[in-house]
Amino acid sequence: MDSLFQRSLDDIIKGLRHQQAGESAFVSKVLEEVRREIKSTDSHTKSTALQKLTYLHSICFVDMSWAAFHAIECISYPNFTHKKVGYLAISQSFQESTPVILLISNQLRKDLKSNVEVEVSLALECLSRIGNLDLCRDLTPEVFTLMASSRIPVRKKAIGVVLRLFGKYPDAVRVCFKRLVESLESSDSPPIVSAVIGVFCELASKDPKAYLPLAPEFYKILVDSRNNWVLIKVLKIFTKLAPLEPRLAKKIVEPICELMSKTGAKSLMFECIRTILTSLAEHESAVKLAAGRINELLIDEDPNLRYLGLHALAIVAPKHIWAVLENKEFVIKSLSDPDPNIKLESLRLVMEMVSESNVVEICRVLVNYATKSEPEFCNVILGSILSTCSNNVYEIIVDFDWYVSLLGEMSRIQHCQKGEEIENQLIDIGMRVQDVRPELVRVGRDLLMDPALLGNPFLHRILSAAAWLCGEYVEFIRNPVELMESLLQPRTSLLPPSVRAVYLESAFKALVFCLHSYLKSAHGENGEASGTTLIQENHITPDSVLHLLNLIDMAVGPLSGSYDVEIQERARNILGFTELIKPVLSDSLHPQDERHKQQVEASKMVRLLHDTFSDELGPVSMSAQGRVPVPDGLVLHENLADLEAVCGSSLPASSATISFEGSHNVEGATSIFISDQKEESEPSSESTSLLAEHRKRHGLYYLPSEKNTEHHEANNDYPPANELKSGVTVSNDAQDLAKLAEQSFLPKRKSKQVKARPVVVKLDEGDVLPISSKIPQAKDDSLSEAVRDVLLGNKAAADSVIRKKGKEKLNAKEQEDDLDHMDSQSGTVQNPVKERSKRSSRKQNADEGDHGGDKGKQKRRHRHGKHRTREGVQNPPANVISQTPVPDLLL
Amino acid sequence: MIHFVLLISRQGKVRLTKWYSPYSQKERSKVIRELSGIVLNRGPKLCNFVEWRGHRVVYRRYAGLYFCMCIDEADNELEVLDIIHHFVEILDRYFGSVCELDLIFNFHKAYYILDEVLIAGEFQESSKRTIIRLLSTHDSMVEMAKEEATSIGNMIAQVTK
Repeated sequence: MDSLFQRSLDDIIKGLRHQQAGESAFVSKVLEEVRREIKSTDSHTKSTALQKLTYLHSICFVDMSWAAFHAIECISYPNFTHKKVGYLAISQSFQESTPVILLISNQLRKDLKSNVEVEVSLALECLSRIGNLDLCRDLTPEVFTLMASSRIPVRKKAIGVVLRLFGKYPDAVRVCFKRLVESLESSDSPPIVSAVIGVFCELASKDPKAYLPLAPEFYKILVDSRNNWVLIKVLKIFTKLAPLEPRLAKKIVEPICELMSKTGAKSLMFECIRTILTSLAEHESAVKLAAGRINELLIDEDPNLRYLGLHALAIVAPKHIWAVLENKEFVIKSLSDPDPNIKLESLRLVMEMVSESNVVEICRVLVNYATKSEPEFCNVILGSILSTCSNNVYEIIVDFDWYVSLLGEMSRIQHCQKGEEIENQLIDIGMRVQDVRPELVRVGRDLLMDPALLGNPFLHRILSAAAWLCGEYVEFIRNPVELMESLLQPRTSLLPPSVRAVYLESAFKALVFCLHSYLKSAHGENGEASGTTLIQENHITPDSVLHLLNLIDMAVGPLSGSYDVEIQERARNILGFTELIKPVLSDSLHPQDERHKQQVEASKMVRLLHDTFSDELGPVSMSAQGRVPVPDGLVLHENLADLEAVCGSSLPASSATISFEGSHNVEGATSIFISDQKEESEPSSESTSLLAEHRKRHGLYYLPSEKNTEHHEANNDYPPANELKSGVTVSNDAQDLAKLAEQSFLPKRKSKQVKARPVVVKLDEGDVLPISSKIPQAKDDSLSEAVRDVLLGNKAAADSVIRKKGKEKLNAKEQEDDLDHMDSQSGTVQNPVKERSKRSSRKQNADEGDHGGDKGKQKRRHRHGKHRTREGVQNPPANVISQTPVPDLLL
Repeated sequence: MIHFVLLISRQGKVRLTKWYSPYSQKERSKVIRELSGIVLNRGPKLCNFVEWRGHRVVYRRYAGLYFCMCIDEADNELEVLDIIHHFVEILDRYFGSVCELDLIFNFHKAYYILDEVLIAGEFQESSKRTIIRLLSTHDSMVEMAKEEATSIGNMIAQVTK
């Protein structure tokens, strides 16, 4: 009765199509019906319900894991329609973790043995989709039988399923592998060969070494087959095998070249190109041929072929950059292709071409290009410039002044979102390259001065770096007062607290520097010669000092009540310092006779701070911590759990003694402040000497810089990169690019370098994080081990599996026969390979001579591997297995 | 190997999904959402390959339907385009100038046809004639089963059970 009123699948589909808005309501109503109908005992009602559910599952992603058992019931119905519905439901919805999956095992076995071809196909397809370890282990014998089936479609599918069996249950190799290898030779039925090659292609991509002994079979297919599907797969296998065995490469290079020039199918041609470029790159003539075909791809109308052409260039670039340089114009033109994929690929190639001699031009063009691109691609360009230029501690950068101003220019590009990377590089360069600091400070100052930049959140990280650099290397600033003004401008309120804290600290440093310079000049102490020239340039007058102090009162004053502790603390530091300095300075600002005494006190204070700030910071090696010797009596691995209880009570008390900044009452704190400062200056000098010691030991000296004095003239030699004409249109751009290509992508290096490369501080080993090594996959290992065992005829292993099988009571007689057959032959599994290869080796004796007698001997030993003990060579048996014998065909 | 096959209409409706690599239900809908966003927004004269999470997605548009297949980095993109075309040609021959509605109302048949073209994520049959022949045997099996089920004797057996 149920079935009379049941809605069919068509009803559901029509219903869904007519729902405009309430689709989900409709779906849940249908689901409700399905839940009721699927419990029916009538097979038709049940399977229709299951079919509707499967439809909703694959189209609307409705959960159907609850119906797993019903699906299994459906495949057990004798009616083919119902069975089919059940199989579709299972292969669409079952996962390896589906709990009832093991209940399917018997039904699958039954269908695999069915006389009806279509039922067998259904079962095979299902197994290939859902097979887990248990299913694969249970059904391996059935699949093994089907691999020899006389019905081609069944045999083909069985071979396809083998891939799943091997992946889930590696021991299946010992049963099925021989038959798989035999199928390679069924040249009478192309679908079978196609299926087997597909399986081997997948297997070889995971562990090529194990399949090297099958090279003669693959070679035969490569030479004989006319089927493009098969040839592509064979080429893929050779791509993996050729790097392992140079003689194999020599052997296949000719047929592949021939195939490449003859074939009309682009897919096959591309596969030939890829095989040559990836695995036969040592064969110059072949690479030249392939490069010729790439040129054809590049000029094709079809964007697919152009994309693949660029892709092929990217493969060949590391080994044969000339192939890329030949097509440089096309590569650069592709930067303006409408297809983003092609653009990305060509950008990668352009970056491949970058070298010390052309980095300036390429970057200039790319930056120009980035300003005109859409945001996403713009950032991709900037990202690749940044990573290429910083590669291996700025290896390709000679002119750091240029690079630093390029960084500044990149920051100003409208869509730039690479703030973090630029920040890191600015600071990193500042620490590593002493000679570039004046330019760094100039770039930083320009960024800080521009109030418009403060509104762009992507730039905040860069501004933070600029502020830090200007504070740290303030001695290179020409007008520190101006710097102070930009660091304290009102719009800094737009900055996040962490960056603002950096701004304040830099302002503090700049203030100390100003006062120091002022006091020095007022004193008339003509200490160091360079000092006086700087002071004169700095124009620090009594007025400007007053102006600075007022500025600080006005801008920093309100921050002492900030909610952010970093800002509050630093603001209070500055305010405390000005409070201290003001009374002593105010007298000195008005010329009087007794100013002298107070000035001495003031200058002493300022000098102390100035000394603290002028200690130079250097880059720290990643492994520095590890090099610190552990002091006696310190146990690093001690359990600190009970410390928490102790800390809970004692911490507040101790913190008061640690931080003197904590004292909020400025007047009261005066004396403490001064005494603390004095104390602090001593350790700092101590650390300076330690640092000097360290540098002496590790040879980390800067070269004497001649550039400091003459960097103004130097600047004239190199016009800054940001003086580009902004009105260039995109079409002009392409021309520019093409012109540039002619000029700068010449393979020979231009040797005229006006300036020598400044010293870049590198740490002995700690600059690069160690890359964690890949963890080998256990499953693949066991699979390849099994393959090796079978190929090398490891009889014992095969026996043990068969014994195990016996325990599992395989009652099908046919199975037993097959396995027995296997057993008797398992010792000589590689025979077909060997015999043929012996035959062919005789043919190729002439070739053998070329390789020298040494190798020949070695190979002969391989061939007679079994008689090795007789020959007196004592090798442990394990060694025999681990060595991959190379077929003699290759000699 | 092919990791999955998707058929998506221009409106973003899913018409067929087949997964050869393990994806949970949650991942599946995420993959479809992500990919239809990428593929449907690509212009008409661009290349048919998209790099996606370390894999490559090859797609091709036939009328209002996008056929997408996800493959490994080392697989041959042009070959996969050929596979897609092969599949479409078989659909076309089987349904007689196929349209989207055929796939909507015969969704189980579409799966069966796909299963004849691919198995375990590998291409299995390049002969269209063979596949059409298999499909017609399959259909006649279904017909026989239906007749059997609706025969009077069977109905009586059902009722008196």
